[in-house]
Amino acid sequence: MSNQVKALAVAGAVAAALTGIASAPAHAQEKEKCYGVSLAGANDCAAGPGTTCAGTSSVDYQGNAWKFVDAGTCASMELPDGRMGSLEPLERDLPA
Amino acid sequence: MSVGQTDFRTAILDARVAAPAGLVDPEGRPAGKRFDVYRNNVAVSLTEALKTAFPVIRKLLGDENFAGIAGLFLRQHPPTSPLLMFYGAEFPDFLAGFEPVRHLGYLADVARLELALRHSYHAADATPVAPQAFQDMTPQALMAARLRLAPAVQLLRSHWPIHAIWQFNQPQGGPKPEMRPESILITRPDYDPVPHLLPAGGGALVAALGDGQPLGNAVATATTKAPDFDLAATLGLLIGGGAITEILQEETP
Repeated sequence: MSNQVKALAVAGAVAAALTGIASAPAHAQEKEKCYGVSLAGANDCAAGPGTTCAGTSSVDYQGNAWKFVDAGTCASMELPDGRMGSLEPLERDLPA
Repeated sequence: MSVGQTDFRTAILDARVAAPAGLVDPEGRPAGKRFDVYRNNVAVSLTEALKTAFPVIRKLLGDENFAGIAGLFLRQHPPTSPLLMFYGAEFPDFLAGFEPVRHLGYLADVARLELALRHSYHAADATPVAPQAFQDMTPQALMAARLRLAPAVQLLRSHWPIHAIWQFNQPQGGPKPEMRPESILITRPDYDPVPHLLPAGGGALVAALGDGQPLGNAVATATTKAPDFDLAATLGLLIGGGAITEILQEETP
């Protein structure tokens, strides 16, 4: 393959990659912190030891543990037994 | 009477060593029991740190085995830095050389992945180039361009299916891992690092770009490694994940 052909192939792949990104669902969609919706140990934070988050919720739907959700969806999230998500920390479901 | 730091430290990490002489409680009596409490707290807190740092390794080994291995590790590799979030940098190599888990060949690479995710999380912020920046480049300019990668970008190349193993052991689960080599690109598009499975040859491309090679050379290296190398998919992960922070154009002499 000549250099010219290789360059065109690379340019084609770049164009295909850009098209793929444009058509993919926007992962960079705005997110908001949502309290009281995460399952035990699954709240969002990959910071690791010595930090204050890192999957520290110890009960399901813990009121003061949060995870990122798509912006605008938190407050309308319905959970078992009439619980709702919240943009502010909640007093419910705190570990004993 | 005083106690040297070296004696104190040695005794903290080895329960067979007696409490250093000269430690006294407020009444002036030997404080051996108090020292034992301190010694226990050091071991327990570092074991907890390793549990937080390597959740998948813990799941793979089980709580009891993990705690046992952590106890051996923390005594051989006590923290060298007060930054607890990076504790356990030697853990992957330790696992690789630890006879009782030698049959779990993938263990060290999975531990490297968990470590890399943490480093990605704590890496400096960087503004990615807009995808449109690539649109206006001629094919020749693309071939000669060097791409600077964001500090949060991490590459892992393994002989084991580390992405599948990691996914399988996440809370949401994943398909059963099948034996094959896998390379992972970690990007951090928003707040948290995301591990992406790279197509065959993708690891070679990202490694070459990371070494500062022009895109054309990097593609040649990847294609030599994997004849069916999917450049569009690999670039899609890099650009889509905000992994490219600068396009360095070849200066014409």
